[in-house]
Amino acid sequence: MFDIKDLYQEVIVDHNRSPRNFGKLDDADKTLEGFNPLCGDKLTLYLKTDGQKINDIAFDGSGCAISVASASLMTDAMKGMSLEAAEALFNEFHNLITTDDDSDIDHLGKLAALAGVKAYPARVKCASLCWHTLHSALQGDSTPVRTE
Amino acid sequence: MNNQNTAINISPDASRFDIEKIRADFPILNQKIHGKPLVYLDNAATSQKPTQVIDVLDTYYRETNSNIHRGVHSLSEKATAEYESARNKVKEFINAESTQEIVFVRGTTEAINLVAQSFGRSSLTADDEVIISELEHHSNIVPWQILCEQTGAKLNYIPINDAGELILEEYEKLLNEKTRIVAVGHISNALGTINPIKTIIDKAHAIGAKVLIDGAQAVPHTRVDVQELNCDFYAFSGHKLYGPTGIGVLYGKQALLEAMPPYQSGGDMIQMVTMEKSTYNDLPYKFEAGTPHIAGVIGLGAAIDYVNDLGFETASIYEQKLLDYAKEQAAQITGLNFVGTARNKTSILSFTLDGIHPHDIGTILDGEGIAIRAGHHCAMPVMERFGIPATARASFAFYNTRAEVDALIQAIDKCKQVFS
Repeated sequence: MFDIKDLYQEVIVDHNRSPRNFGKLDDADKTLEGFNPLCGDKLTLYLKTDGQKINDIAFDGSGCAISVASASLMTDAMKGMSLEAAEALFNEFHNLITTDDDSDIDHLGKLAALAGVKAYPARVKCASLCWHTLHSALQGDSTPVRTE
Repeated sequence: MNNQNTAINISPDASRFDIEKIRADFPILNQKIHGKPLVYLDNAATSQKPTQVIDVLDTYYRETNSNIHRGVHSLSEKATAEYESARNKVKEFINAESTQEIVFVRGTTEAINLVAQSFGRSSLTADDEVIISELEHHSNIVPWQILCEQTGAKLNYIPINDAGELILEEYEKLLNEKTRIVAVGHISNALGTINPIKTIIDKAHAIGAKVLIDGAQAVPHTRVDVQELNCDFYAFSGHKLYGPTGIGVLYGKQALLEAMPPYQSGGDMIQMVTMEKSTYNDLPYKFEAGTPHIAGVIGLGAAIDYVNDLGFETASIYEQKLLDYAKEQAAQITGLNFVGTARNKTSILSFTLDGIHPHDIGTILDGEGIAIRAGHHCAMPVMERFGIPATARASFAFYNTRAEVDALIQAIDKCKQVFS
Protein backbone atom coordinates (compact mmCIF):
# COMPACT_ATOMS: atom_id res chain seq x y z
CA MET A 1 0.00 0.00 0.00
CA PHE A 2 1.37 3.37 -1.06
CA ASP A 3 2.00 5.72 1.84
CA ILE A 4 3.80 9.04 1.48
CA LYS A 5 4.91 8.67 5.12
CA ASP A 6 7.28 5.88 3.99
CA LEU A 7 9.26 8.68 2.39
CA TYR A 8 8.60 11.51 4.82
CA GLN A 9 9.27 9.59 8.02
CA GLU A 10 9.21 11.41 11.34
CA VAL A 11 13.01 11.49 11.55
CA ILE A 12 13.24 13.16 8.10
CA VAL A 13 10.59 15.74 8.92
CA ASP A 14 12.40 16.47 12.20
CA HIS A 15 15.86 16.81 10.64
CA ASN A 16 14.41 19.05 7.91
CA ARG A 17 12.72 21.28 10.45
CA SER A 18 15.76 21.45 12.76
CA PRO A 19 18.82 20.48 10.78
CA ARG A 20 21.81 19.42 12.94
CA ASN A 21 25.29 20.78 12.28
CA PHE A 22 23.81 23.60 10.20
CA GLY A 23 26.11 26.57 9.67
CA LYS A 24 29.68 27.42 8.75
CA LEU A 25 32.80 25.93 10.34
CA ASP A 26 35.21 28.83 10.55
CA ASP A 27 38.27 26.61 11.01
CA ALA A 28 37.34 24.06 8.34
CA ASP A 29 40.29 22.65 6.41
CA LYS A 30 38.07 21.34 3.60
CA THR A 31 35.13 23.21 2.11
CA LEU A 32 33.22 21.96 -0.92
CA GLU A 33 30.01 22.96 -2.67
CA GLY A 34 27.40 20.55 -3.96
CA PHE A 35 24.82 21.59 -6.52
CA ASN A 36 21.87 19.89 -8.10
CA PRO A 37 21.31 21.92 -11.26
CA LEU A 38 17.99 20.32 -12.11
CA CYS A 39 16.21 21.26 -8.91
CA GLY A 40 18.44 24.00 -7.58
CA ASP A 41 19.45 22.28 -4.34
CA LYS A 42 22.66 23.83 -3.07
CA LEU A 43 24.85 23.00 -0.11
CA THR A 44 28.30 23.75 1.20
CA LEU A 45 30.05 21.15 3.31
CA TYR A 46 32.66 22.14 5.91
CA LEU A 47 35.11 19.56 7.23
CA LYS A 48 37.78 19.57 9.89
CA THR A 49 40.01 16.54 9.56
CA ASP A 50 43.40 15.52 10.98
CA GLY A 51 44.27 13.12 8.18
CA GLN A 52 42.90 10.21 10.22
CA LYS A 53 39.38 11.14 11.17
CA ILE A 54 36.63 13.74 10.77
CA ASN A 55 36.91 15.90 13.85
CA ASP A 56 34.10 18.24 12.91
CA ILE A 57 31.62 18.61 10.08
CA ALA A 58 28.87 21.07 9.23
CA PHE A 59 26.82 22.22 6.24
CA ASP A 60 24.68 25.08 5.03
CA GLY A 61 22.62 25.79 1.94
CA SER A 62 19.06 25.28 0.78
CA GLY A 63 17.11 22.41 -0.65
CA CYS A 64 14.15 20.11 -0.27
CA ALA A 65 13.36 18.18 2.91
CA ILE A 66 15.11 15.06 1.61
CA SER A 67 18.36 16.88 0.84
CA VAL A 68 18.40 18.86 4.09
CA ALA A 69 17.52 15.83 6.26
CA SER A 70 20.10 13.71 4.47
CA ALA A 71 22.85 16.28 5.12
CA SER A 72 21.75 16.66 8.73
CA LEU A 73 21.76 12.90 9.34
CA MET A 74 25.00 12.40 7.44
CA THR A 75 26.90 15.06 9.38
CA ASP A 76 25.59 13.58 12.66
CA ALA A 77 26.81 10.13 11.65
CA MET A 78 30.19 11.32 10.38
CA LYS A 79 31.35 13.34 13.35
CA GLY A 80 34.38 11.66 14.92
CA MET A 81 34.46 8.89 12.31
CA SER A 82 37.73 7.65 10.81
CA LEU A 83 38.23 8.54 7.13
CA GLU A 84 38.23 4.86 6.28
CA ALA A 85 34.94 4.24 8.07
CA ALA A 86 33.49 7.36 6.44
CA GLU A 87 34.27 5.99 2.99
CA ALA A 88 32.76 2.62 3.93
CA LEU A 89 29.60 4.34 5.20
CA PHE A 90 29.35 6.32 1.93
CA ASN A 91 29.35 3.04 0.02
CA GLU A 92 26.81 1.41 2.32
CA PHE A 93 24.50 4.41 2.11
CA HIS A 94 24.83 4.55 -1.66
CA ASN A 95 23.83 0.89 -1.84
CA LEU A 96 20.90 1.52 0.46
CA ILE A 97 19.32 4.20 -1.70
CA THR A 98 20.19 2.88 -5.15
CA THR A 99 19.96 -0.92 -4.89
CA ASP A 100 17.67 -3.54 -3.41
CA ASP A 101 20.53 -4.66 -1.17
CA ASP A 102 19.52 -3.65 2.34
CA SER A 103 21.94 -5.98 4.17
CA ASP A 104 23.58 -2.99 5.85
CA ILE A 105 20.35 -1.41 7.00
CA ASP A 106 20.68 -2.56 10.65
CA HIS A 107 23.85 -0.69 11.42
CA LEU A 108 22.98 2.43 9.42
CA GLY A 109 20.92 3.63 12.36
CA LYS A 110 18.81 6.71 11.65
CA LEU A 111 20.19 6.86 8.10
CA ALA A 112 17.94 3.91 7.32
CA ALA A 113 15.04 6.38 7.33
CA LEU A 114 16.24 7.55 3.91
CA ALA A 115 15.80 4.10 2.35
CA GLY A 116 12.34 5.26 1.23
CA VAL A 117 13.77 7.39 -1.59
CA LYS A 118 14.47 4.21 -3.55
CA ALA A 119 10.80 4.23 -4.57
CA TYR A 120 11.22 7.78 -5.96
CA PRO A 121 13.94 7.68 -8.64
CA ALA A 122 13.66 11.45 -9.20
CA ARG A 123 14.47 12.07 -5.53
CA VAL A 124 17.50 9.79 -5.11
CA LYS A 125 19.78 12.63 -6.16
CA CYS A 126 18.31 14.82 -3.42
CA ALA A 127 19.38 12.31 -0.78
CA SER A 128 22.77 11.63 -2.35
CA LEU A 129 23.95 15.20 -3.04
CA CYS A 130 25.60 15.74 0.37
CA TRP A 131 27.14 12.26 0.30
CA HIS A 132 28.76 12.78 -3.10
CA THR A 133 29.99 16.15 -1.88
CA LEU A 134 31.55 14.52 1.20
CA HIS A 135 33.07 11.75 -0.90
CA SER A 136 34.67 14.29 -3.26
CA ALA A 137 35.88 16.48 -0.38
CA LEU A 138 37.58 13.51 1.27
CA GLN A 139 39.19 12.63 -2.07
CA GLY A 140 40.67 16.13 -2.05
CA ASP A 141 38.57 17.47 -4.95
CA SER A 142 37.99 21.18 -5.11
CA THR A 143 35.55 21.34 -8.06
CA PRO A 144 31.93 21.76 -6.94
CA VAL A 145 29.96 18.54 -7.08
CA ARG A 146 26.97 18.26 -9.39
CA THR A 147 24.40 15.53 -9.29
CA GLU A 148 22.06 14.97 -12.19
CA MET B 1 -7.04 37.85 -22.95
CA ASN B 2 -9.38 40.05 -21.01
CA ASN B 3 -12.35 37.74 -20.77
CA GLN B 4 -13.42 38.67 -17.28
CA ASN B 5 -16.43 40.66 -18.42
CA THR B 6 -17.64 38.28 -21.07
CA ALA B 7 -17.18 35.32 -18.72
CA ILE B 8 -19.82 36.42 -16.24
CA ASN B 9 -22.82 35.14 -18.14
CA ILE B 10 -21.33 31.84 -19.20
CA SER B 11 -21.37 28.89 -16.86
CA PRO B 12 -18.39 26.67 -17.60
CA ASP B 13 -20.40 23.55 -16.84
CA ALA B 14 -23.30 24.58 -19.04
CA SER B 15 -24.32 22.58 -22.05
CA ARG B 16 -22.25 24.71 -24.42
CA PHE B 17 -19.12 23.28 -22.85
CA ASP B 18 -19.63 19.59 -22.10
CA ILE B 19 -16.66 18.81 -19.88
CA GLU B 20 -17.39 15.08 -19.56
CA LYS B 21 -17.56 14.72 -23.32
CA ILE B 22 -14.28 16.61 -23.69
CA ARG B 23 -12.55 14.51 -21.04
CA ALA B 24 -13.63 11.36 -22.87
CA ASP B 25 -11.59 12.60 -25.83
CA PHE B 26 -8.40 12.33 -23.74
CA PRO B 27 -7.87 8.65 -22.93
CA ILE B 28 -4.81 9.27 -20.75
CA LEU B 29 -6.90 11.14 -18.18
CA ASN B 30 -8.81 7.97 -17.35
CA GLN B 31 -6.24 6.28 -15.13
CA LYS B 32 -5.10 6.02 -11.55
CA ILE B 33 -1.76 7.08 -10.11
CA HIS B 34 -0.88 5.51 -6.74
CA GLY B 35 -4.48 4.31 -6.59
CA LYS B 36 -5.97 7.82 -7.03
CA PRO B 37 -7.57 9.29 -10.15
CA LEU B 38 -4.99 11.16 -12.22
CA VAL B 39 -5.32 14.93 -11.89
CA TYR B 40 -3.12 16.32 -14.63
CA LEU B 41 -2.12 19.90 -13.84
CA ASP B 42 1.16 20.09 -15.73
CA ASN B 43 -0.28 21.42 -18.96
CA ALA B 44 2.23 24.24 -19.26
CA ALA B 45 4.95 21.59 -19.58
CA THR B 46 3.00 19.59 -22.12
CA SER B 47 -0.67 19.04 -22.81
CA GLN B 48 -2.43 15.70 -23.28
CA LYS B 49 -3.54 14.49 -26.69
CA PRO B 50 -7.12 13.81 -27.79
CA THR B 51 -8.07 10.58 -29.55
CA GLN B 52 -8.61 12.65 -32.69
CA VAL B 53 -4.86 13.42 -32.79
CA ILE B 54 -3.71 9.96 -31.69
CA ASP B 55 -5.87 8.33 -34.40
CA VAL B 56 -4.47 10.59 -37.11
CA LEU B 57 -0.90 9.63 -36.13
CA ASP B 58 -1.87 5.96 -36.06
CA THR B 59 -3.58 6.13 -39.45
CA TYR B 60 -0.67 8.01 -40.97
CA TYR B 61 1.82 5.31 -40.03
CA ARG B 62 -0.55 2.46 -40.89
CA GLU B 63 -1.83 3.76 -44.20
CA THR B 64 0.00 6.79 -45.57
CA ASN B 65 3.64 6.74 -44.43
CA SER B 66 5.87 7.91 -47.24
CA ASN B 67 8.41 10.62 -47.88
CA ILE B 68 7.12 13.93 -49.14
CA HIS B 69 7.92 16.35 -51.97
CA ARG B 70 9.84 13.79 -54.00
CA GLY B 71 7.93 10.64 -54.78
CA VAL B 72 5.88 10.16 -57.91
CA HIS B 73 3.99 7.32 -56.32
CA SER B 74 0.55 7.56 -54.78
CA LEU B 75 1.52 7.29 -51.12
CA SER B 76 4.06 10.08 -51.45
CA GLU B 77 1.49 12.29 -53.12
CA LYS B 78 -1.01 11.57 -50.36
CA ALA B 79 1.52 12.23 -47.58
CA THR B 80 2.60 15.48 -49.30
CA ALA B 81 -1.00 16.62 -49.63
CA GLU B 82 -1.73 15.95 -45.95
CA TYR B 83 1.49 17.66 -44.88
CA GLU B 84 0.76 20.78 -46.94
CA SER B 85 -2.86 20.76 -45.85
CA ALA B 86 -1.64 20.97 -42.23
CA ARG B 87 0.50 23.96 -43.18
CA ASN B 88 -2.62 25.65 -44.49
CA LYS B 89 -4.44 24.86 -41.22
CA VAL B 90 -1.62 26.55 -39.28
CA LYS B 91 -1.75 29.54 -41.61
CA GLU B 92 -5.51 29.91 -41.03
CA PHE B 93 -5.15 29.27 -37.29
CA ILE B 94 -2.77 32.18 -36.69
CA ASN B 95 -4.08 34.21 -39.67
CA ALA B 96 -0.81 34.44 -41.56
CA GLU B 97 -0.97 36.00 -45.00
CA SER B 98 0.54 33.04 -46.81
CA THR B 99 1.59 29.41 -46.24
CA GLN B 100 5.08 30.51 -47.31
CA GLU B 101 5.33 32.22 -43.93
CA ILE B 102 4.77 28.95 -42.02
CA VAL B 103 8.01 27.05 -41.36
CA PHE B 104 7.84 23.71 -39.58
CA VAL B 105 10.50 23.23 -36.92
CA ARG B 106 11.00 20.90 -33.94
CA GLY B 107 9.49 23.31 -31.46
CA THR B 108 9.58 26.84 -30.09
CA THR B 109 13.22 26.42 -29.09
CA GLU B 110 14.32 25.57 -32.61
CA ALA B 111 12.23 28.43 -34.04
CA ILE B 112 13.97 30.96 -31.79
CA ASN B 113 17.40 29.50 -32.56
CA LEU B 114 16.60 29.72 -36.26
CA VAL B 115 15.76 33.40 -36.04
CA ALA B 116 18.76 34.18 -33.83
CA GLN B 117 21.23 32.36 -36.05
CA SER B 118 19.78 33.17 -39.46
CA PHE B 119 18.23 36.61 -39.12
CA GLY B 120 20.31 37.73 -36.13
CA ARG B 121 23.71 36.52 -37.12
CA SER B 122 23.47 37.77 -40.68
CA SER B 123 22.42 41.27 -39.69
CA LEU B 124 23.81 42.17 -36.24
CA THR B 125 27.09 43.91 -35.48
CA ALA B 126 28.88 44.90 -32.29
CA ASP B 127 27.08 48.25 -32.40
CA ASP B 128 23.65 46.67 -32.17
CA GLU B 129 21.40 45.76 -29.27
CA VAL B 130 18.88 43.02 -28.51
CA ILE B 131 16.09 43.33 -25.93
CA ILE B 132 14.56 40.39 -24.09
CA SER B 133 13.03 40.27 -20.60
CA GLU B 134 13.61 38.86 -17.13
CA LEU B 135 10.43 36.89 -17.54
CA GLU B 136 11.66 34.68 -20.38
CA HIS B 137 11.99 30.92 -20.56
CA HIS B 138 15.62 29.87 -21.03
CA SER B 139 14.79 29.08 -24.67
CA ASN B 140 14.21 32.78 -25.27
CA ILE B 141 17.36 33.81 -23.36
CA VAL B 142 20.20 31.50 -24.31
CA PRO B 143 19.90 31.80 -28.13
CA TRP B 144 20.22 35.60 -27.74
CA GLN B 145 23.12 35.30 -25.32
CA ILE B 146 24.94 33.14 -27.87
CA LEU B 147 24.08 35.53 -30.71
CA CYS B 148 25.40 38.47 -28.69
CA GLU B 149 28.61 36.57 -27.88
CA GLN B 150 29.06 35.83 -31.59
CA THR B 151 28.36 39.33 -32.86
CA GLY B 152 29.41 41.50 -29.93
CA ALA B 153 25.93 42.97 -29.76
CA LYS B 154 24.58 44.04 -26.38
CA LEU B 155 21.78 42.10 -24.64
CA ASN B 156 19.33 44.12 -22.52
CA TYR B 157 16.61 42.79 -20.21
CA ILE B 158 13.21 44.38 -19.54
CA PRO B 159 12.78 44.09 -15.75
CA ILE B 160 9.61 42.85 -14.05
CA ASN B 161 7.71 44.23 -11.07
CA ASP B 162 6.66 42.36 -7.91
CA ALA B 163 3.51 41.11 -9.61
CA GLY B 164 5.56 39.51 -12.37
CA GLU B 165 4.64 42.05 -15.05
CA LEU B 166 7.03 43.65 -17.53
CA ILE B 167 7.82 47.25 -16.60
CA LEU B 168 6.96 49.04 -19.84
CA GLU B 169 8.55 52.36 -18.83
CA GLU B 170 11.86 50.50 -18.50
CA TYR B 171 11.29 48.87 -21.87
CA GLU B 172 10.86 52.28 -23.45
CA LYS B 173 14.12 53.43 -21.89
CA LEU B 174 15.95 50.41 -23.32
CA LEU B 175 14.65 51.01 -26.84
CA ASN B 176 16.96 53.10 -29.00
CA GLU B 177 18.22 53.41 -32.56
CA LYS B 178 20.69 50.56 -31.92
CA THR B 179 17.94 48.07 -31.02
CA ARG B 180 17.62 45.50 -33.80
CA ILE B 181 15.61 42.70 -32.20
CA VAL B 182 13.06 42.54 -29.39
CA ALA B 183 12.19 38.99 -28.28
CA VAL B 184 9.56 38.47 -25.59
CA GLY B 185 7.15 35.79 -24.49
CA HIS B 186 3.42 36.24 -25.14
CA ILE B 187 2.56 34.46 -21.86
CA SER B 188 5.05 33.60 -19.10
CA ASN B 189 5.49 29.86 -18.53
CA ALA B 190 6.59 30.36 -14.94
CA LEU B 191 3.93 32.82 -13.78
CA GLY B 192 1.17 32.93 -16.39
CA THR B 193 1.54 36.69 -16.98
CA ILE B 194 -0.01 37.81 -20.28
CA ASN B 195 2.33 40.42 -21.71
CA PRO B 196 1.03 43.48 -23.60
CA ILE B 197 2.73 42.31 -26.79
CA LYS B 198 0.81 44.59 -29.15
CA THR B 199 2.23 47.63 -27.33
CA ILE B 200 5.69 46.05 -27.22
CA ILE B 201 5.59 45.34 -30.97
CA ASP B 202 4.35 48.82 -31.91
CA LYS B 203 7.00 50.54 -29.82
CA ALA B 204 9.77 48.38 -31.30
CA HIS B 205 8.56 49.08 -34.83
CA ALA B 206 8.53 52.79 -34.15
CA ILE B 207 12.32 52.69 -33.83
CA GLY B 208 12.78 50.17 -36.63
CA ALA B 209 13.47 47.00 -34.58
CA LYS B 210 12.07 43.57 -35.46
CA VAL B 211 10.05 41.57 -32.94
CA LEU B 212 9.93 37.87 -32.18
CA ILE B 213 7.14 36.60 -29.94
CA ASP B 214 7.61 33.31 -28.04
CA GLY B 215 4.06 32.02 -28.17
CA ALA B 216 4.62 28.57 -26.63
CA GLN B 217 2.28 29.24 -23.69
CA ALA B 218 -0.13 31.50 -25.53
CA VAL B 219 -1.28 29.50 -28.52
CA PRO B 220 -3.03 26.82 -26.39
CA HIS B 221 -5.01 29.45 -24.49
CA THR B 222 -5.72 32.44 -26.66
CA ARG B 223 -6.51 33.20 -30.29
CA VAL B 224 -3.44 34.57 -32.05
CA ASP B 225 -3.67 36.77 -35.15
CA VAL B 226 -0.18 37.49 -36.43
CA GLN B 227 -1.37 40.11 -38.92
CA GLU B 228 -3.27 42.03 -36.30
CA LEU B 229 -0.29 41.80 -33.92
CA ASN B 230 2.00 42.77 -36.79
CA CYS B 231 4.83 40.77 -35.19
CA ASP B 232 7.79 39.88 -37.41
CA PHE B 233 8.24 36.36 -36.02
CA TYR B 234 5.98 34.18 -33.88
CA ALA B 235 7.10 30.80 -32.50
CA PHE B 236 5.11 27.98 -30.90
CA SER B 237 5.16 24.25 -30.18
CA GLY B 238 2.65 21.59 -31.19
CA HIS B 239 2.84 19.56 -27.99
CA LYS B 240 1.45 22.32 -25.79
CA LEU B 241 -1.45 22.68 -28.24
CA TYR B 242 -2.69 19.08 -27.74
CA GLY B 243 -0.54 17.92 -30.67
CA PRO B 244 2.55 15.70 -30.91
CA THR B 245 5.96 16.48 -29.43
CA GLY B 246 8.83 17.29 -31.77
CA ILE B 247 6.88 19.64 -34.03
CA GLY B 248 6.55 23.39 -33.88
CA VAL B 249 6.03 26.42 -36.03
CA LEU B 250 7.99 29.50 -36.91
CA TYR B 251 5.87 32.22 -38.47
CA GLY B 252 7.92 34.92 -40.17
CA LYS B 253 6.96 37.78 -42.44
CA GLN B 254 7.66 36.69 -45.98
CA ALA B 255 10.01 39.54 -46.90
CA LEU B 256 12.14 38.82 -43.82
CA LEU B 257 12.27 35.06 -44.40
CA GLU B 258 13.18 35.61 -48.04
CA ALA B 259 16.13 37.80 -47.13
CA MET B 260 17.41 35.40 -44.45
CA PRO B 261 20.13 32.80 -45.16
CA PRO B 262 19.33 29.09 -44.58
CA TYR B 263 19.62 27.81 -41.01
CA GLN B 264 20.30 24.16 -41.76
CA SER B 265 21.18 22.73 -45.13
CA GLY B 266 20.68 19.47 -46.95
CA GLY B 267 17.90 17.87 -48.94
CA ASP B 268 14.55 19.52 -49.66
CA MET B 269 15.90 23.03 -49.04
CA ILE B 270 17.64 23.29 -52.41
CA GLN B 271 16.54 23.78 -56.02
CA MET B 272 19.74 22.77 -57.72
CA VAL B 273 23.02 21.38 -56.45
CA THR B 274 26.20 21.27 -58.50
CA MET B 275 29.62 20.52 -57.09
CA GLU B 276 30.42 24.24 -57.15
CA LYS B 277 27.25 25.81 -55.82
CA SER B 278 23.65 25.25 -54.79
CA THR B 279 20.58 27.37 -55.24
CA TYR B 280 18.10 27.39 -52.42
CA ASN B 281 14.49 26.39 -52.56
CA ASP B 282 11.57 28.80 -52.22
CA LEU B 283 9.90 29.56 -48.92
CA PRO B 284 9.12 27.86 -46.68
CA TYR B 285 11.18 24.89 -47.89
CA LYS B 286 14.43 26.86 -47.65
CA PHE B 287 14.13 26.41 -43.90
CA GLU B 288 12.99 22.78 -43.89
CA ALA B 289 16.15 20.82 -44.64
CA GLY B 290 15.92 17.04 -44.52
CA THR B 291 12.94 14.77 -44.08
CA PRO B 292 10.66 16.60 -41.66
CA HIS B 293 8.47 15.20 -38.87
CA ILE B 294 5.69 14.41 -41.35
CA ALA B 295 3.46 12.58 -38.88
CA GLY B 296 3.99 15.39 -36.37
CA VAL B 297 2.89 18.03 -38.85
CA ILE B 298 -0.23 16.07 -39.78
CA GLY B 299 -0.90 15.47 -36.07
CA LEU B 300 -0.55 19.19 -35.39
CA GLY B 301 -3.11 19.83 -38.11
CA ALA B 302 -5.48 17.42 -36.34
CA ALA B 303 -4.88 19.23 -33.03
CA ILE B 304 -5.79 22.55 -34.65
CA ASP B 305 -8.96 20.96 -36.07
CA TYR B 306 -9.74 19.75 -32.56
CA VAL B 307 -9.44 23.13 -30.82
CA ASN B 308 -11.32 24.82 -33.66
CA ASP B 309 -14.19 22.34 -33.31
CA LEU B 310 -14.16 22.72 -29.54
CA GLY B 311 -14.76 26.44 -29.74
CA PHE B 312 -11.55 28.09 -28.77
CA GLU B 313 -13.10 31.18 -27.25
CA THR B 314 -15.44 29.21 -24.96
CA ALA B 315 -12.53 27.00 -23.87
CA SER B 316 -10.47 30.09 -22.99
CA ILE B 317 -13.28 31.48 -20.87
CA TYR B 318 -13.72 28.13 -19.13
CA GLU B 319 -9.98 28.00 -18.35
CA GLN B 320 -10.04 31.53 -17.02
CA LYS B 321 -12.93 30.73 -14.68
CA LEU B 322 -11.11 27.63 -13.51
CA LEU B 323 -8.01 29.68 -12.72
CA ASP B 324 -10.13 32.23 -10.85
CA TYR B 325 -11.68 29.42 -8.79
CA ALA B 326 -8.25 27.91 -8.05
CA LYS B 327 -6.92 31.31 -6.99
CA GLU B 328 -9.89 31.85 -4.65
CA GLN B 329 -9.48 28.44 -3.05
CA ALA B 330 -5.71 28.63 -2.75
CA ALA B 331 -5.88 32.12 -1.23
CA GLN B 332 -7.60 30.58 1.79
CA ILE B 333 -4.64 28.32 2.60
CA THR B 334 -2.47 29.85 5.31
CA GLY B 335 1.21 29.80 4.47
CA LEU B 336 0.56 29.67 0.72
CA ASN B 337 2.19 32.46 -1.27
CA PHE B 338 1.34 33.21 -4.88
CA VAL B 339 4.31 33.90 -7.12
CA GLY B 340 3.10 36.04 -10.02
CA THR B 341 0.00 38.11 -9.40
CA ALA B 342 -0.29 39.94 -12.70
CA ARG B 343 -3.62 41.57 -13.47
CA ASN B 344 -3.69 39.74 -16.80
CA LYS B 345 -2.74 36.12 -16.38
CA THR B 346 -3.90 32.77 -17.58
CA SER B 347 -4.07 29.12 -16.61
CA ILE B 348 -0.98 29.06 -14.40
CA LEU B 349 -0.86 29.07 -10.60
CA SER B 350 2.68 29.32 -9.30
CA PHE B 351 3.07 29.19 -5.53
CA THR B 352 5.24 28.35 -2.54
CA LEU B 353 4.31 27.03 0.90
CA ASP B 354 6.03 28.35 4.03
CA GLY B 355 8.60 25.85 5.26
CA ILE B 356 7.95 23.28 2.54
CA HIS B 357 10.19 23.02 -0.51
CA PRO B 358 8.39 22.85 -3.90
CA HIS B 359 10.00 19.48 -4.67
CA ASP B 360 8.46 17.99 -1.57
CA ILE B 361 5.11 19.49 -2.59
CA GLY B 362 5.52 17.86 -6.02
CA THR B 363 6.24 14.43 -4.53
CA ILE B 364 3.40 14.58 -1.99
CA LEU B 365 0.92 15.74 -4.65
CA ASP B 366 2.04 12.91 -6.92
CA GLY B 367 1.17 10.55 -4.08
CA GLU B 368 -2.37 11.94 -4.36
CA GLY B 369 -2.43 11.36 -8.12
CA ILE B 370 -1.84 15.03 -8.90
CA ALA B 371 0.78 15.98 -11.50
CA ILE B 372 2.25 19.45 -11.13
CA ARG B 373 5.65 20.91 -11.93
CA ALA B 374 8.09 21.81 -9.17
CA GLY B 375 11.28 23.67 -9.94
CA HIS B 376 12.57 26.76 -11.66
CA HIS B 377 10.49 26.12 -14.81
CA CYS B 378 13.49 26.88 -17.03
CA ALA B 379 13.15 30.50 -15.96
CA MET B 380 15.94 30.92 -13.43
CA PRO B 381 16.07 34.74 -13.79
CA VAL B 382 12.40 34.85 -12.68
CA MET B 383 13.21 32.75 -9.59
CA GLU B 384 16.18 35.01 -8.86
CA ARG B 385 13.95 38.07 -9.17
CA PHE B 386 11.65 36.69 -6.46
CA GLY B 387 14.54 35.39 -4.36
CA ILE B 388 13.34 31.78 -4.38
CA PRO B 389 14.96 28.60 -5.75
CA ALA B 390 11.74 27.16 -7.15
CA THR B 391 7.95 27.22 -7.14
CA ALA B 392 5.20 24.65 -7.35
CA ARG B 393 3.20 25.25 -10.52
CA ALA B 394 -0.27 23.98 -11.31
CA SER B 395 -1.23 24.71 -14.91
CA PHE B 396 -4.69 24.16 -16.30
CA ALA B 397 -6.26 23.10 -19.58
CA PHE B 398 -9.89 23.06 -20.73
CA TYR B 399 -10.22 19.39 -19.70
CA ASN B 400 -9.55 20.16 -16.04
CA THR B 401 -12.45 20.53 -13.63
CA ARG B 402 -13.40 22.30 -10.42
CA ALA B 403 -13.35 18.90 -8.70
CA GLU B 404 -9.69 18.61 -9.72
CA VAL B 405 -8.98 22.03 -8.26
CA ASP B 406 -10.61 20.79 -5.03
CA ALA B 407 -8.34 17.72 -5.09
CA LEU B 408 -5.34 20.02 -5.52
CA ILE B 409 -6.37 22.15 -2.55
CA GLN B 410 -6.88 19.07 -0.35
CA ALA B 411 -3.50 17.70 -1.38
CA ILE B 412 -1.82 21.01 -0.50
CA ASP B 413 -3.38 20.62 2.95
CA LYS B 414 -1.88 17.16 3.10
CA CYS B 415 1.58 18.65 2.43
CA LYS B 416 1.10 20.82 5.48
CA GLN B 417 0.02 17.80 7.55
CA VAL B 418 3.07 15.75 6.51
CA PHE B 419 5.36 18.55 7.65
CA SER B 420 3.38 19.58 10.71
